[in-house]
Amino acid sequence: MATETLTSSDYIRHHLQNLTFGQHQDGSWGLAHDAAEAADMGFWAINVDSMGMTLLLGGLLMWFFRSVAKKVEAGVPSGAQNFAEWVIDFINDSVRGSFSGRNALVAPLAFTIFLWIFLMNLMDLLPIDLVPEIAKFIGTHVFGMDPHAVFFKVVPSTDPNITFGMAFGVFALILFYSIKMKGMGGFIGELTLQPFGKWAMPANFLLEGVNLISKPISLALRLFGNMYAGEMIFILIAIMFSAGAVMASLGAVLQVGWAIFHILIITLQAFIFMTLTIVYLDMAHQEHH
Amino acid sequence: MNLNATIIGQMIAFALFVAFCMKYVWPPIMAALEERTKKIADGLAAAERGKHEQELAEKRAQQVIHEAKDQANEIISQANRRGNEIVDESKDNARVEGERILNSAKAEIEQEANRAKDELRSQVGSVAMAGAAKVLSREIDDKAHTDLLEELVSQI
Repeated sequence: MATETLTSSDYIRHHLQNLTFGQHQDGSWGLAHDAAEAADMGFWAINVDSMGMTLLLGGLLMWFFRSVAKKVEAGVPSGAQNFAEWVIDFINDSVRGSFSGRNALVAPLAFTIFLWIFLMNLMDLLPIDLVPEIAKFIGTHVFGMDPHAVFFKVVPSTDPNITFGMAFGVFALILFYSIKMKGMGGFIGELTLQPFGKWAMPANFLLEGVNLISKPISLALRLFGNMYAGEMIFILIAIMFSAGAVMASLGAVLQVGWAIFHILIITLQAFIFMTLTIVYLDMAHQEHH
Repeated sequence: MNLNATIIGQMIAFALFVAFCMKYVWPPIMAALEERTKKIADGLAAAERGKHEQELAEKRAQQVIHEAKDQANEIISQANRRGNEIVDESKDNARVEGERILNSAKAEIEQEANRAKDELRSQVGSVAMAGAAKVLSREIDDKAHTDLLEELVSQI
């Protein structure tokens, strides 16, 4: 909650700042104390909170499904196996529906993308101040940090680094399979010889290049934009709680409504990311003309 | 929200998780799912086969029952026919026997009658002889008249 010492804009700014580790201007390494310091760190800095949350969530995900896979059996499934099979069946159906080639990578890739992004997005439904307050408590009492310098963004998918990281990973696979399936010549030909024929190569390359580049950019920005906007609305609703009883009760109603609606969004965004990845890889596997 | 090395960290993490999933998570679960699918398909096929066999068996049973009924009908009609035959035979036998008894009775009667006639004949002869002898005893030669009378008797 916004305390007396914090203005609303401070509160918002605090919530939108990552906990960044990098090299300070004076050459020492450490955590940035505010947004300006974080910006000054340049490219070689790490968002500790985003990275930590993604690794934690990915680790939990893999641990859970690995524990199911270890004792999986073909007889009557029970408990966790039921759930895991349901998820895997759903993803397998999606892959089979959109991907026409044969590639052992695509289904596990889709599985990882969908569930990992879903878990990241799911962090949005945690009470907005819960994890940051815990982080602040640990930061001040264990590491002796300034409470105002303990930033913590809980939802990794509101960090463009994370979404771009995944989108570039997918993009690398698109390039890899395009070249592997069509050969270097085929891939370049696809970029330059269509849609207008070989006499309009620059125009073709412009169009197809934009088409190609837009794939990872749109993947990353769509997820980031949706989650960032959702997070922002949660923050704005949270501000209402400190603005008197009427606003607080209105805020409570909005909070519930938005959270319920957000359940749809987080699932949908994870699903869109997965489906588009499958579709892009399917396109990479196919000869167009 | 600056773009920084987190991108690279996330790409590495992404690659590692996907590789882990591809190697240790997806294949065993998929294998189990496929094995179950196969099991279910086999089970359904077996059920179908069983059903088919049951239908065949039912058909066979119907056929057997049908044949048995036909046989039973034939046996019954045969028995009826045989019964009628026996009755007819008995009737014939009875008639033949009756005729035989009748004939033998007739023959006996005839025999009896013949014997009675013979006896009568012989007795008529001797009675006539005795009467004639009594009437004519005085003057008639017994022997000559006996010959005459016997001639007379044989003509009766």
